[in-house]
Amino acid sequence: MSTVFMPEPDQLAAVRTARWDQPMLPEPWIVRSFRRETYDTFTLVLEPAGPRDPFLFAPGQFNMLYVFGVGEAPISICGDPATPELLVHTVRSVGPVTAAMARLRPGDMMGLRGPFGSSWPVEAARGRDVIIVAGGIGLPPLRPALYHVLAHREEYARISLLYGARTPLDILYPHEVERWRGRFDLDVQVTVDAADAAWRGNVGLVTTLISKAQFDPLDTTVMIVGPEIMMRFTVLDLVNRGVQESDIYISMERNMKCAIGFCGHCQFGPSFICNDGPVFSYDRLAPLLQKREV
Amino acid sequence: MMARKLLDGDSGGASPPAEPVIVDRCDLDCLLQVLQDAGYRTIGPTILEGAIVYDEVRSTSDLPVGWTDAQDAGSYRLVQRGDEALFGYAVGPHSWKKYLFPPLLTLWKAKRDGKAIEMVAEEPVVDKLALIGVRACELHAMRIQDRIFLGGGYADPTYARQREQLFIVALNCGTPGGTCFCASMGTGPRLDGGYDLALTEVMSDGHHYFVVSAGSGAGADALAQVPHRPALREEVAAAEDVVTAARSQMGRELETEGIKQLLYGSYEHPRWDDVAARCLSCTNCTMVCPTCFCSSVDDVNDLSGDEALRVRRWDSCFNVDFSYIHGGSVRSSPKSRYRQWMTHKLATWIDQFGTSGCVGCGRCITWCPVGIDITEEMKAIRRTQTVESSEVKEH
Amino acid sequence: METLERVIERHPFLQGLSHRYLLLLLGCASQARFNPGEFVFHMGENADNFYLIRHGKVALELYTAERGPLTIETLGDNEAVGWSWLVPPYRWNLDARAIQPTLTLSFDAACLRRKCEEDHDLGYEMYKRFTPVIAQRLQATRVQVLDVHRVHA
Repeated sequence: MSTVFMPEPDQLAAVRTARWDQPMLPEPWIVRSFRRETYDTFTLVLEPAGPRDPFLFAPGQFNMLYVFGVGEAPISICGDPATPELLVHTVRSVGPVTAAMARLRPGDMMGLRGPFGSSWPVEAARGRDVIIVAGGIGLPPLRPALYHVLAHREEYARISLLYGARTPLDILYPHEVERWRGRFDLDVQVTVDAADAAWRGNVGLVTTLISKAQFDPLDTTVMIVGPEIMMRFTVLDLVNRGVQESDIYISMERNMKCAIGFCGHCQFGPSFICNDGPVFSYDRLAPLLQKREV
Repeated sequence: MMARKLLDGDSGGASPPAEPVIVDRCDLDCLLQVLQDAGYRTIGPTILEGAIVYDEVRSTSDLPVGWTDAQDAGSYRLVQRGDEALFGYAVGPHSWKKYLFPPLLTLWKAKRDGKAIEMVAEEPVVDKLALIGVRACELHAMRIQDRIFLGGGYADPTYARQREQLFIVALNCGTPGGTCFCASMGTGPRLDGGYDLALTEVMSDGHHYFVVSAGSGAGADALAQVPHRPALREEVAAAEDVVTAARSQMGRELETEGIKQLLYGSYEHPRWDDVAARCLSCTNCTMVCPTCFCSSVDDVNDLSGDEALRVRRWDSCFNVDFSYIHGGSVRSSPKSRYRQWMTHKLATWIDQFGTSGCVGCGRCITWCPVGIDITEEMKAIRRTQTVESSEVKEH
Repeated sequence: METLERVIERHPFLQGLSHRYLLLLLGCASQARFNPGEFVFHMGENADNFYLIRHGKVALELYTAERGPLTIETLGDNEAVGWSWLVPPYRWNLDARAIQPTLTLSFDAACLRRKCEEDHDLGYEMYKRFTPVIAQRLQATRVQVLDVHRVHA
């Protein structure tokens, strides 16, 4: 193997895409359900078009979803890794491909390639406190990690979910968030950036929730997804409280055309976001994140 | 399997005979004929529109006989040599990547029938290609692209299939060019494996011949069908002299000591502003570079709307929307794009693929319309190292 | 029954203050309770007091005619409400309204400002505690202004 990099074992995909010899060819999958979450976000649940081996994926990985005649977009898998018979993707409409996805309905067919990318360090976090920090559309890619740690609850110490949305109307999976809040073995804090007086919850950046979480800074694994600015300030706050950069993991986003390390678009310094990421430990990326236009 | 063998530098076949032989110039056409009879399209250098490019050649009369190339930053001219050398030039704007990694390629077709979609991969259509006159730098470039397209977790089917169907007639360089620096990059001028046949063109005392060694079983088989005789010691020495002389005629040089750490520590170097004032983001350098591999995909529909193609095409990190994510391009300034290209080529490539991405062929220097010289830029950065605000870690 | 002195001593915001200064603060202190919906202070009023939340939740609000009251930030247990008492012209620039039953330590701002003038070391201790609050609010506001979740097409 001539590549110099080797991601951490638990960050490597559990199973590579079945078509390693035809890695650009999508498989047909059918839309099982479509649900609108907010005015610009929706969830597609996909099932295979024909019989196939179970689609195994690790939390944090993504698929390339293809809409006939329009194109492909990288979308995080946001369902439960324990039940991969149905693949769940929450999508935000930001361009022509995702806008076309918003028009799909049950019974429509899509193309799918995956799973790709590195995964959340759910193994390395065993025995430690876990903090999951989600900003806005950052909750979907973190949800599989939350499912995993909750399914193996006894393997972890204290678990906190800190979730910041733009406004109360932008809160994703509100019923599920309420159910999580009701658990005794999970601490859930929610805040919004702006609200009118009808909202009686927290208002402020998600960083303001960190002081409310219970964790030992020297024995915690943190996973963060959100707008880059939000991730940066969250990391700053955590580091000021004594958390090591190597214990903080983020998920990066870049332009992707192939997801297999061929097209070159997703490079960030020496890393290919599609292969070496999208999940990275923060210490690995920190110096480059501080430079502009890398 | 096949991918592994290519990465180890062996182009397949039984173990070759070690002794070099002499093929007279007049018998070189015989070699071309042998290859054509074996079903190969013979591709080699030929003159077109004032440049030496790669195209189908039927006989040695199609080669740029008696021509050489005068190359400098932003300048390329064909000049008559005054002799009859067949390969008396360096490299032109084409590289062999256009055969292994075509500029335009249909990957698959999707057909829609009601709600159902069927996606079918396009079978790679590859010819048996015999590449004539491949330089050491070009062989290194091929090995570098092998690592990308075959050596990772995924394989490109067209690249893999075409790579299998190559017969490589390589050439030890006799006439390096004004922008060449393969000696600095450790990629030439001497060949070091990865070929079926290796030639060195010798013209001395009125004799014009080729010292030829086989690098594979297939090479040996082809050679067996071409008139040849054992090489005399002085003939082998003459071939050696050609390569030794070439080594000292490099037009450029590039110091590679500590280059990765140096560039990792130069993201904020003022030289990038300097080069940005000159760079047009025209993408010439990435097109002529034999190792640049970036591509993009387009989805092309027919008028009925029932058929869609996924087409791959060459792309360049100099294109402004190369790094577009919702909201804008990450690298919106030409400065950031030039920095990306050069830092990738000379530094991050090493962490990604284990070698430099540059083979010192000089094409980017020659074909840059404003004459930006990667070796000059590197010298300028090395001369005035700065202390950066944050240190980029190497891996 | 807990004395006010003990409560002040134990409040995290006043951590590290010498006993002498705690007593000085005690001289300006009392407790104040707010029911949900009750205003702690109004924009434009003189900043006569500042409050340390013992428990509860207070929303900082800005009211505009077109949009009604907008919540800028909510403050919870042990947080300080109000820093305008330290900065001339000593007037509140936001509304503060309790949105949960809230118990606070209330400090007479004029009284405390006078004591800080008399004893600059006390003033220094107060500024040391409030400047990070102001900085954190400023930082957060800057990022909130950027509206990072919005898609910039």
